[in-house]
Amino acid sequence: MHELSLCRSLIELLQEQAEQHRFTRVKQLWLEVGPLAAVVPEAMQFAFEAASRGSLAEGARLHLVELPGEAHCQACGFETSISQWYQACPRCGEYQLKVLSGDELQIRELEVE
Amino acid sequence: MCGICGCGQPHGHQGLDESAHAEEQESGHQRRLQVELDLFSQNNRYAQANRELFQRRNLLVLNLVSSPGSGKTALLTRTLQHQLDKVPLAVIEGDQQTSHDADRIRETGAEAVQLNTGRLCHLDAHMVGHAMEQLPHLENGLLYIENVGNLVCPAGFDLGEAAKVVVLSVTEGDDKPLKYPDMFHAARLMVLNKVDLLPYVNFDVEACIEYARRINPEIEVITLSAQTGEGMENWLEWIEHRRQGQTAARVAQLERELLVLKSQL
Repeated sequence: MHELSLCRSLIELLQEQAEQHRFTRVKQLWLEVGPLAAVVPEAMQFAFEAASRGSLAEGARLHLVELPGEAHCQACGFETSISQWYQACPRCGEYQLKVLSGDELQIRELEVE
Repeated sequence: MCGICGCGQPHGHQGLDESAHAEEQESGHQRRLQVELDLFSQNNRYAQANRELFQRRNLLVLNLVSSPGSGKTALLTRTLQHQLDKVPLAVIEGDQQTSHDADRIRETGAEAVQLNTGRLCHLDAHMVGHAMEQLPHLENGLLYIENVGNLVCPAGFDLGEAAKVVVLSVTEGDDKPLKYPDMFHAARLMVLNKVDLLPYVNFDVEACIEYARRINPEIEVITLSAQTGEGMENWLEWIEHRRQGQTAARVAQLERELLVLKSQL
């Protein structure tokens, strides 16, 4: 359900951008999503459709760009990729992974007119 | 009217700078813009404004999160009974509907602000900023925010608090940290509540703590029963330790400001 409030924030951010960069329509947008971002891609698409209705982004194509997650093991120092919070270190087996990246949720590119 | 949120209520939005930078590529009348628009950034801007307000007023703010029925309100009422005559405090209560929880808090004599989120599944920093307008005199003390009972969504929304405290009761199952990892990752402290019921339920305290530390190796743990009072002293000490730390930091900051002012005389 919080995908909807995130998409409402997104529409407001787009309106700010539209004033700053003088555009009136958003045609496509690319959203980077880390595996730990606590959003469900399908729910984001659905919420975006609902939140964009009647706005400058109505009918725009939302592309989800999935990013890798990375973590550092505090026990053995190994660096590894992760897809969820509770993974054991693949080298030493300890649950001591400190997440370095993977919780991103940001728009990186817009196609506007 | 509030110019940023358009919410029709007067309130401060200091320090809310627009930080997105864009690069443009043009072709025809359609253009590509490279931007950095974090979807949590709006909430985070409000959260930062709240955090600055809390620092200025020297308030230790704890955001209590849990599933419904873990005993957050019972823990709070018991906590307030110990602290009310010692330190200024207040509670912001978040629920979808009703003012039952705020009423329970007010019965202790503490000030409470009820926020009803309606269809929303979490409190956000903007709502908390408005709730603070109803607590204009609260300073040098404690503010508890009791979030909507939900182990998922409140994890992602910073309210400007010093720490999230996740309350888990032993009637809920010891594998909750694995099932709802985001919340246990976001929390500084896990309070295991209702330990007086341990003889009657199948709950492995050690396994639960081990699961929580798989998600968050640094999470602190306190076991207690808000009902019987067992273990409450550890929780009260944890809060007091943090409050002292925050006050010491505030004193140091004011002393630095004082030196600057004195040097200008």
